[in-house]
Amino acid sequence: MELPPYATTGQRIWHYTFKVLCGLILFFLIAPIVVIIPLSFNAENFFTFTPGMLAFEADAYSFKHYQDFFSNPDWQQALVNSVQIAPVATLLSVSLGTLAAVGLSQDHVPFRRAIMAILISPMIVPLIISAAGMYFFYSRIGLQGTYVGVVLAHAALGIPFVIITVTATLVGFDRSLTRAAANMGADPVTTFFKIQMPLILPGVISGGLFAFITSFDEVVVVLFVGSAGQKTLPWQMFTGLREQISPTILAVATILVGISIALLTTVELLRRRSERLRGMSPG
Amino acid sequence: MKLKTIMLSTGAIAAAASAYAAGHGMADSMTLVSWGGAYQASQTNAYSDPYKAEHDGLEVVWDESSNEAVAKLRAMNEAGNITWDLVDVVASDAIRLCDEGLALEIDHDEVLAAAPDGTPASEDFGDLLVSDCFIPQIVYSTTVGYRTDLVGDTAPTDICAIFDLEAYPGKRSLEKRPINNMEWALLCDGVAKADVYDVLSTEAGQDQALAKLDTIKDSVVWWSAGADTPQLLADGEVVMGSTYNGRLFSLIEEQDQPVAMLWDAQVFDLDGWIVPAGLPEDRLARVMDFLYFATDTQRLADQAKYISYGPARASSAPLVGQHATLGIDMAPHMPTDPANATNTFLYNYEWWADYRDDLDAKFQAWLAK
Amino acid sequence: MSDASQAGPVLAADGTPLKKSLQRALRAQKLRALALIAPLLIFILVTFVGPIADMLFRSVENAIVSETLPRTVVALEDWDHEAGEAPSEDVYRMMTYDMVTAAELKTHTRLGSRLNYETTGISSMFRKTGRRVDDFGEEYTDQFVALNPAWEEPATWVALMAASTDPFAISPAAEQALPETASIYADFAKTIADTKGDSVTEEEPWHPVYLALYTDLIANPDAASAFSGESAALISAAAAAVPTFEVTTTKDLFVKADKGWTDPEVWGTIKAFTPEYTSGYFLASVDLKKSPDGIESLPEDRQIYMLLFKRTLFMSLMIMGSCVILGYPIAFLLANLPMRTSNLLMILVLLPFWTSLLVRTSAWKILLQQQGVINDILVWIGLVDDADRLVMINNQFGTIVAMTHILLPFMILPLYSVMKTIPPYYVRAAKSLGATNWVAFWRVYFPQSVPGIGAGCILVFILAIGYYITPELVGGTTGTFISNRIAYHISSSLNWGLAAALGTILLAVVLILYWVYDKIVGIDNVSLG
Repeated sequence: MELPPYATTGQRIWHYTFKVLCGLILFFLIAPIVVIIPLSFNAENFFTFTPGMLAFEADAYSFKHYQDFFSNPDWQQALVNSVQIAPVATLLSVSLGTLAAVGLSQDHVPFRRAIMAILISPMIVPLIISAAGMYFFYSRIGLQGTYVGVVLAHAALGIPFVIITVTATLVGFDRSLTRAAANMGADPVTTFFKIQMPLILPGVISGGLFAFITSFDEVVVVLFVGSAGQKTLPWQMFTGLREQISPTILAVATILVGISIALLTTVELLRRRSERLRGMSPG
Repeated sequence: MKLKTIMLSTGAIAAAASAYAAGHGMADSMTLVSWGGAYQASQTNAYSDPYKAEHDGLEVVWDESSNEAVAKLRAMNEAGNITWDLVDVVASDAIRLCDEGLALEIDHDEVLAAAPDGTPASEDFGDLLVSDCFIPQIVYSTTVGYRTDLVGDTAPTDICAIFDLEAYPGKRSLEKRPINNMEWALLCDGVAKADVYDVLSTEAGQDQALAKLDTIKDSVVWWSAGADTPQLLADGEVVMGSTYNGRLFSLIEEQDQPVAMLWDAQVFDLDGWIVPAGLPEDRLARVMDFLYFATDTQRLADQAKYISYGPARASSAPLVGQHATLGIDMAPHMPTDPANATNTFLYNYEWWADYRDDLDAKFQAWLAK
Repeated sequence: MSDASQAGPVLAADGTPLKKSLQRALRAQKLRALALIAPLLIFILVTFVGPIADMLFRSVENAIVSETLPRTVVALEDWDHEAGEAPSEDVYRMMTYDMVTAAELKTHTRLGSRLNYETTGISSMFRKTGRRVDDFGEEYTDQFVALNPAWEEPATWVALMAASTDPFAISPAAEQALPETASIYADFAKTIADTKGDSVTEEEPWHPVYLALYTDLIANPDAASAFSGESAALISAAAAAVPTFEVTTTKDLFVKADKGWTDPEVWGTIKAFTPEYTSGYFLASVDLKKSPDGIESLPEDRQIYMLLFKRTLFMSLMIMGSCVILGYPIAFLLANLPMRTSNLLMILVLLPFWTSLLVRTSAWKILLQQQGVINDILVWIGLVDDADRLVMINNQFGTIVAMTHILLPFMILPLYSVMKTIPPYYVRAAKSLGATNWVAFWRVYFPQSVPGIGAGCILVFILAIGYYITPELVGGTTGTFISNRIAYHISSSLNWGLAAALGTILLAVVLILYWVYDKIVGIDNVSLG
């Protein structure tokens, strides 16, 4: 994207126009976040930029919504529930998903397309249908309103992401490495954990993160499949938006954006590490 | 037959209650279902916290699912796995749940406390016992609030201001369903209050109501969540909008926004408890014990300290005191206050039970066009 | 291996033919692959596919009518809706029996609400009648009791109806001589046992049982011969007396409860929905109606679903288009910048992706509303007059903007992963051969990025078409999707059959698209970063 020194004026104009355009689109992407952060410091209980805020008066800003988040047992419980549900659901989808992705990437898999379609289905079935279907079914077998029920439902929703990312990493996987390991006497389990796993780890991790976010940000299914005991953060936000608009939601969002940035940085670092491992040059 | 049914079921309840007297057989946790937000907070303060203080080791779980209560109760019933103990619903949902056998029929005099002067519960609640399964807690109204700074010099005084775009230009917010809107449209189109439902029963009457709504359709923001109108009013996004009177009270008195409200043709409605049918005995015993406590005269009056909804018992009205934190008298803010109730509109549950599906289809088709 | 040079099959080391050995190895490989996939496949089938199939099955299921009104359904077989008249007294009598049982079990209102979807007013007819139906036949009870007080005694009835061995089974003699009575009495016995845990030995039968007895005795005056002892005497005395009984038709009783029962339309609806499986919900979801006279289209002012399907498709296409337009330059930029810079920018792309959907939607509300940030800025710089601020929310525009924002990362990521694989030297070669920048891009680079566009488009489209929360919050009236109606029917109107039918159609559309997607790009070729 470097502009060559011999570029014509027209090329220069185009080059800068393109950069401005991209800048605008990127701004479009983060605009909502830019709005959320200041509003979360609003001293009033509405999603409104008060005149005081626009004039940068100190008393128009406050930390009260953050205090509310950290002191309100409802929010704290929701946070605890989210933290208890999402990792377990993620673990379940990652372990089952990785196994299946390894199976799927073998050479001769019968009914590969059909199996793939079934495994991807949680991503393509409209969420409201999934929610209602799981709700009726889980009620019947006594899983509705239980921790296990919500974890299973969220795990199912996260699986397509794991499958997609892991199979994508396996496409670039050099099969001769496992053969070499087997040749040297490693059993399949050792081969998997010592050879294959480290190399597909980035895919597994990014799939896992997608699965985690799916569970962590999921509201429709948990609203149906869960009950009070499984009230997650998005559920609390949803009731908050419906019953009582309070910028506490924005405070939570701001905190979560912070965590997202941390997570994304982690992913990026991991990716760089894996590329070093695979001996690929960055780029 | 009917009498016998009721006697039998109250027999079971009495048996459960006596089991309690022996100190055994009550579940030590219960799940209450409500709406969340300030309303649920008022219930926690007035009902469940004092009850918990009297019963050590009792766990009370609140589930904020009243919005989906009918659907969830039906699915629980289909599955034979009832996880809720007491559910807060609006009267029309209570009727529906009772009809479908999803809520327990109760004998109000047997199960609920009498008024302090000995008036039996059924008389104390009076007409508000709209269903055999329903234990009313509060009377609320759906009414209109407006921005005092955006309506010009003459503040609106009656409901038809909604339809008056000339005097009050700007957006208004209305609920995204036919209930209330169709009635108001007819009232403001010259139909007498007593005839509204007769007119609405005819195809022509429905068209008349929609035609009236058509005149403001472009200026309406349709809301579906209770928090929408207060937010829209606070933003100045709408000039006026319909919402529950408790929301407007909070907006005006607690949040100090430049908003005022109308007490005209406000639609009177009820909210209260139902007990799901099919609870095991120990949970039923617990919930009945709680219900006796939480719906007595004093407790209902206490709730009004936290939110401006009228207690459903006649005997509670004189006990309504001051707001818990603001210290203002709550009585004048009650929908049941005589000064406010001069021109209320009574919501016809039976009629809507019949016409809801059909009219909703028509209303939604109209909206989508 | 010594005889490998000889004719015959090539053998493997262990002496089996190589072909067979390879086949075995292949089979083992297949099995191993399947064994790896199996846990997840079973997991998904049980926790996800099964429930969805179960849900969608509700779109055709309609056993409620024939289960709740078994006798009426049979009696209605001979009734012809075309004649335009209410059915005969027999049907009303059967309805009494069905209704009284249903009312005790509280299933009558459930059926009422079911049929109310088809014909307005049936719900309250069932409700009102259900409240009174246990009094239907009261005058027969009175007359039987006046004849002999023994008729009031539960024991009399048990002696008459019950098989000698089991008080809950009906004796064959009673079934033979008093068929209607036997049938309704059996329902009575079962119902009180189920609902209250009572026994027939303690409860006086319902009034309609007496009605049935009256009807049986009129039809079969000789019924006493089937019984013996006291029962025979009772029956013969009753049989002698019934012709002098005062009678009211059950039709009148029904009409008194609700005059709607004279309407042939109501009976026609019941008859039209007697089969256990119905196409009614599917017809309703394409604005048609199953009426007693066949399939007809709904009145125009109630047609909504086709409009919503079309709108859902149109808006999903718009969202997809906006995603391509906005996503392509960003993906291009990311793919052509040095790794470190592009990864930093990638965080900007992924950040909103990982911010709560609810929060992002609320943020768009704050940005787009009339008193919102964008309007404020436009007024401030003087582009827009304060009096007529732009309406950008609660309409299609708002939904498209918010959803484009939400789905944009799903476009950028596959595009980016495809563009990463496009070697830069093709474009350089084109340029060195004299192509202008534009030609080099359009004729050389763009065609190579088409698979990425395909992948992103279908991904975005499939996700968009099923969206529900964002359109609900910012869609207003013109920006809502079919999913919003599905949600409404699931949680508010409780018309689960219609919700399932709408869902099935939507799912079918999505599956077709998925199939197309798989054909064009292959599902393996999606990379999520």
